Amino acid sequence: MSRIGPCFERLQRDGRTALIPYITAGDPEPKVTVPLMHSMVEAGADIIELGVPFSDPMAEGPIIQHACERALRHHTSLNQVMEMVKAFRADDDTTPVVLMGYLNPVEVKGYEAFAQDAASVGVDGVIIVDLPPEEAGEYVAFLNAQQIDPVFLLAPTSGDERIHKICATSGGFVYYVSLRGVTGAAHLDTQEAAAKVEIIRRATKLPVGVGFGISDAQSAAQVAQFADAVIVGSAIVKRIAARVDATDKINAEVSGFLKELRHALDDITTDQAVTTA
Amino acid sequence: MAAYALPDERGHFGDYGGVFVAETLMEPLAELRQAYERYLKDPVFLAELDEDLRQYVGRPSPLYFARRYSEHVGGARIYLKREDLNHTGAHKINNTVGQALLAKRLGKTRVIAETGAGQHGVATATVAARLGLECVVYMGVKDMQRQAINVYRMKLLGARVEPVNSGSRTLKDALNEAMRDWVTHVDNTFYIIGTVAGPHPYPAMVRDFQAVIGRETKQQFSTQVGGLPDALVACVGGGSNAIGLFYPFINDADVALIGVEAAGEGLRSGRHAAPLCAGRPGVLHGNRTYLMEDGDGQIIETHSISAGLDYPGVGPEHAWLKDSGRARYVAVSDAEAMAAFHGLSRIEGIMPALESSHAIAYADKLARELGPDASIVVNLSGRGDKDVHTVAATEGITF
Repeated sequence: MSRIGPCFERLQRDGRTALIPYITAGDPEPKVTVPLMHSMVEAGADIIELGVPFSDPMAEGPIIQHACERALRHHTSLNQVMEMVKAFRADDDTTPVVLMGYLNPVEVKGYEAFAQDAASVGVDGVIIVDLPPEEAGEYVAFLNAQQIDPVFLLAPTSGDERIHKICATSGGFVYYVSLRGVTGAAHLDTQEAAAKVEIIRRATKLPVGVGFGISDAQSAAQVAQFADAVIVGSAIVKRIAARVDATDKINAEVSGFLKELRHALDDITTDQAVTTA
Repeated sequence: MAAYALPDERGHFGDYGGVFVAETLMEPLAELRQAYERYLKDPVFLAELDEDLRQYVGRPSPLYFARRYSEHVGGARIYLKREDLNHTGAHKINNTVGQALLAKRLGKTRVIAETGAGQHGVATATVAARLGLECVVYMGVKDMQRQAINVYRMKLLGARVEPVNSGSRTLKDALNEAMRDWVTHVDNTFYIIGTVAGPHPYPAMVRDFQAVIGRETKQQFSTQVGGLPDALVACVGGGSNAIGLFYPFINDADVALIGVEAAGEGLRSGRHAAPLCAGRPGVLHGNRTYLMEDGDGQIIETHSISAGLDYPGVGPEHAWLKDSGRARYVAVSDAEAMAAFHGLSRIEGIMPALESSHAIAYADKLARELGPDASIVVNLSGRGDKDVHTVAATEGITF
């Protein structure tokens, strides 16, 4: 049973916006990942998005491309990522974990085996960047059979018809890619994103997460005004990249940044609560 | 065999092809599909394309009987489809002329392309110059070193060449980077993919623009020789020159279709670029096809002396033609291709591109197998001038 639905229900009750940090599994080396996941939860992460490294990450900007390259230098495979989730679950059975990656490693493993393994280690949702719903029939069926949420992406270019189709196929939440571009780009237009999220909400009751281009507490707070979840990737991975030679400093570095984001999101929530009251 | 009508409306060739891209590109691809379906039936568009192919590209290209080379090999008669005589020196321009016309129809002001050997980059820069479009070409830094002259040619034509430093720094990474550019500038940019790979409609669209090669060949062979050839041979990287030659013959079951991949240092060495001969199906660059990958599904580095064949995937229609048995795929090593390069240069005075040299090398073997009564058409997809430095380097010569 996916932990994502109950997590958003809790957040909604508390009037809080979800903070979803992304890291690439195995970056800069595999032993860093599980402890970092725990630190991120302590620092205020509600859901963890764990990247499965791929040799050809077409939707990523240079920051996450390099993270994939670092992880692949240690041959971090999909099976190893599953092992990391299993290890994480030994000490944390509540925080949802969403895998994010590209289709080919999943194809090689086989959709059914992938869904079964993911369920058995405690994965709650999966995002496959290069798998639109049109090609995803079998994959979605296997995930649904294991009660894992297939999270699909929506983009500024998605028209109304696609928005409805994608929302109908998605589980857990939908992920709005807030700009035309790759991860870590610097031209986020929060007004355009807010307008699009408004349209998406008319098509679904699922929570709407927003990611790509959120780089600091300020942009996170802006996005939190209209999104149920704020997804931050490159800004975290950049901090990991700065500590590849001192991996013992990574947890503190990332935690410090997440706390800033957490405070920014909670300030918004408090403001809104006050306004509503 | 029923008349061939692939891909289906979702871009599938059996299990292969399809649309595997990030959501941002789904609507732009739908727009492109509509434009392609509309204009490839539009007599005005087709007349304009035809005029460009005649007056600008220099078509039809000759079907040349390589008499001395055939005698030298000692077997079947070998005919060369002279795509090397096209403007810019390769078959690539057939496709860029077509896609650039589509870009204009769609009101795009900027075109981007990926390139390996540089031929597609040059062909794109050329049509962009002619139509007054801004042009950016992505190229792996490894390929930029191997094909320095083509890099300079693109710059002379007014294009910006963006070096790609990620991954293996070759064609596949250039394609990734071009996709990233397209995602970012999707409103004003047309992505001119150079081969029959990528998401639907690219494999079908590029095939349709390259099929002029096969249509001419069929007609020329019938007029010059009579009947149909026994076999068609073409090199396969992404596979656009091969599909262009094969496509009009797919329903002619008596014509053998043979694609030649790059065996590099040998299929057993692991250092090759032969996904159809030694890879397995997977998903990369927007389509499902045969790939060079490891057990974890990571794409592995390929090797070929020819930059244009140095690609870990292949067009999905080739994957389907292989599985269906309609076409056969073989591989030729760097050394065999190099020998064919020298042979054709000295015996016919035609210097083939290293890519095309792979097809020549296999045609040698096939000609001996089939004997003197048979005829083989080899697609001489490009000229070898761009490869002179690479050939010289194998002989220890630097300039």
